[in-house]
Amino acid sequence: MNSDKITKYILFGASLLILVLAGGMLYSLVEGSLPSFRVFGWKFLVSPEWNPTQGNQHFGALAFIVGTLFTSIFALLVAIPLAFSTSLIVAEYFRKTWFANVVSTCVDLLAGIPSVIFGLWGFYALRPFIVSIGLSHQGFGIFTAGLVLAIMIVPYATSLSNSIIMMVPNELKEAAYSLGATRLEVIWNVILPNARSGITASYILAFGRALGETMAVTMLIGNANILPNGLFSTGNTMASVIANEFGEASGVHLSSLIEIGLLLFVITAIINATGKYIIKKFA
Amino acid sequence: MDSSILQKRKTMTTTTHFGARSFKSRLFFSIVLLFALITISIVFLIIGTLAAKGFRQINWSFFTQVAPDTFDAMMANASGKIIPGGILNGITGTLLLVGLASVIAIPFGIVIGIYLYENATKRYANVIRDITDVLQGVPSIVVGLIVYLWVVVDITKGYSVLAGSVALAIMMLPLIIRSTEESMKMVPTTLKEAAIALGTPYYKVILRVLIPSSFSGLITGVLLAVSRVMGETAPLLLTTLGNSSVNWNLAKPVSAVPLLIWQFYNDPNMVNLIWSSSLFLMGFVLLLNILSKWIAAKKSIQ
Amino acid sequence: MAPATSILSIEDLSIAYDRDKYAVKNVTATVRKNAITAIMGPSGCGKTTLLRAINRMHELYPNISTEGKIKLYGDNIYEMPTIELRRKIGMVFQRPNPFPTMSIYENVIAGYKLNGIHLKRSERDEIVEITLRDVTLWDEVKNALHKKGTFLSGGQQQRLCVARALAFKPEIILLDEPTSALDPVSTAKIEDLLVELKQHYTIILVTHNMSQAARISDNSMFMYLGELIEYEDTKTMFTNPKDPRTEGYLTGKFG
Ligand SMILES: Nc1ncnc2c1ncn2[C@@H]1O[C@H](COP(=O)(O)OP(=O)(O)OP(=O)(O)O)[C@@H](O)[C@H]1O
Ligand SMILES: [Mg+2]
Repeated sequence: MNSDKITKYILFGASLLILVLAGGMLYSLVEGSLPSFRVFGWKFLVSPEWNPTQGNQHFGALAFIVGTLFTSIFALLVAIPLAFSTSLIVAEYFRKTWFANVVSTCVDLLAGIPSVIFGLWGFYALRPFIVSIGLSHQGFGIFTAGLVLAIMIVPYATSLSNSIIMMVPNELKEAAYSLGATRLEVIWNVILPNARSGITASYILAFGRALGETMAVTMLIGNANILPNGLFSTGNTMASVIANEFGEASGVHLSSLIEIGLLLFVITAIINATGKYIIKKFA
Repeated sequence: MDSSILQKRKTMTTTTHFGARSFKSRLFFSIVLLFALITISIVFLIIGTLAAKGFRQINWSFFTQVAPDTFDAMMANASGKIIPGGILNGITGTLLLVGLASVIAIPFGIVIGIYLYENATKRYANVIRDITDVLQGVPSIVVGLIVYLWVVVDITKGYSVLAGSVALAIMMLPLIIRSTEESMKMVPTTLKEAAIALGTPYYKVILRVLIPSSFSGLITGVLLAVSRVMGETAPLLLTTLGNSSVNWNLAKPVSAVPLLIWQFYNDPNMVNLIWSSSLFLMGFVLLLNILSKWIAAKKSIQ
Repeated sequence: MAPATSILSIEDLSIAYDRDKYAVKNVTATVRKNAITAIMGPSGCGKTTLLRAINRMHELYPNISTEGKIKLYGDNIYEMPTIELRRKIGMVFQRPNPFPTMSIYENVIAGYKLNGIHLKRSERDEIVEITLRDVTLWDEVKNALHKKGTFLSGGQQQRLCVARALAFKPEIILLDEPTSALDPVSTAKIEDLLVELKQHYTIILVTHNMSQAARISDNSMFMYLGELIEYEDTKTMFTNPKDPRTEGYLTGKFG
């Protein structure tokens, strides 16, 4: 066998690692979830009760599913105006100027700050502020966690939309200007329709990030195993309950946490695949 | 030509409000600018908070001593002194974890990246690329869970350096694969073809042409991947747990800077150490970040 | 040269992209109504810059400075809102650029949509049909009005762009090398169209193609290094150029 063939086999062989990793992850999560699934079945998904006390053990993930969606959707709603604005500043209004450079560097830095530091900042700076303006008693909850989460996902929402907005052909903008459009009208009628799918995809990917964010949320959401009943309610997300209870969990409790991990794995995979599909298909 | 519609259009042209429309346009710009300023001011706010609060605690012992225990910290607080000790166990732990993770992830990442580049259009390669993208989106806490099941339970029978490194390596892998592929795409194909035309063996084309000519891209990707995982806390909670002293044994638990931050956060006596550790961690991560961007920018100018 | 009725007068216009780099220098000229005026000259001589100054599109570039005046029916365009000006002076670009997210129908009335003017369905239909007939595109697209404009051929797209500029009934239409991206048959169609349109509109056309200028324009400008060297009745310029630089260009010595 000649060396070229060997090289090709080595390259191909390495690529199998990806399949093994992905398959192995799914397999282990499913296997780890089985003890919980045997006890609670599909009710796991719709039961809001989570009680780890020995003897009264009962596990249902609904509170965390709702908590995750609630927090992430709120975070996305806050992040979109921030991300959309920075994109317009970087890719349209100040495109290729020093100011665009400053803004995009700052957003890059934001992406580099570790999650646990966002959590600290939320705890020591944002939370007291929220308490002081009387929005909430303790300052913990969906609202605080969602705000910090929003800031954390801004870089994910902007990185792709910046380049998509940048790619809208100048000729189309000029055509609109020559018809008497104002800048706002050009943005709304030319840039947005042309960049829509790419922007949507980047917000979907940012949402996927929000779903799995752990440390900052764990530090701010209040860690209550209840169905959240409002924006200022405390709660737990799928990721935060794993981080919180993993240390003391064993048996069915541990298996239930793994089942939550499996759910999170599947949901984020679907969200990410959707985002990537939109990019491939339309952008 | 119908003259009535022509007439109508002339009058319409003169009756729309130019003022209102350009006002709206300027108002929109002001709002957009405001939101963008809010976003970037948060970066300064966070960095500023950490720098202001963390600066004082950073001294020689910060780098040379392990983290104090609760009792020592409580005593120091009670007498108004600076908390003794440092984060040496965290720093060595982070270096060990990230170093081992890099040793695992970089070779695999680059080889798989080359595979994707060489077989760009193959169906199987597309599947691998898609799965890599999905892996990149797996939440870090889930990676932690999985590595717990794989390594902590089955291999090291307990929390360990190895487990933490595997978790970080899994998170680095997709980033390195995609950045390798992207930077190889930048290499002019003529360069490769010239080497192949000379009858160079395939592995030499890779080692002598592809890798050297995309080297700065590879470095950028690796640095970015390292900076991404260096601050990771959640997966380490599930795989290495923490250690109050310096440990170099791969089968034993180890601490890490982000783990110490988490520990200090949960211990009211240690609060003062939070800020210095966070400042240190963030400074290090951002430095790597900037370094990688700088290398990338320098390359693109050439 | 004394124009019959003038519509536009350019008075000592100078434009610089950077501080001292003038792309247009001290240009003074009067443009005749209902005629085709061609602007010629070698590459980089400032044709596009001059043309874009007429509807102030050149202001989209950062750091540009403009001195002098352009008067439309006696009013200085640099003192009008650009929105209003650009509706009176339409523009067609070098490469056909219909809006890819809009149908043919929507492209024609894009100016109304962009300017936030709401029309009744019947008015819209009427404008679309009249305008598409004006650009001789109606018969070709009347069954595909709601398909995307980007599926048309290059020549058809360019006529659609002319229609988009005409839908507002501008006074003047500016065209920057509108046929340079088109094949000879499509070029001939656009040329015929322009000759047809000059009954109702004033046309200013930048062209690299001397025979095109000779065929369809009434007056011609020759620019060189930002200056307006010669401005004449087209026939006169082609048969009897006054300036040696014009002659050099027309006989193919440079450009
Ligand atoms: N956006 C710009 N920024 C700086 N300089 C410019 C810009 N556009 C044009 N110029 C310069 O202004 C001068 C005139 O350019 P212009 O585009 O008006 O020439 P033109 O006659 O239309 O050329 P062509 O026949 O190639 O289209 C040139 O020297 C050009 O380099
Ligand atoms: Mg030009």
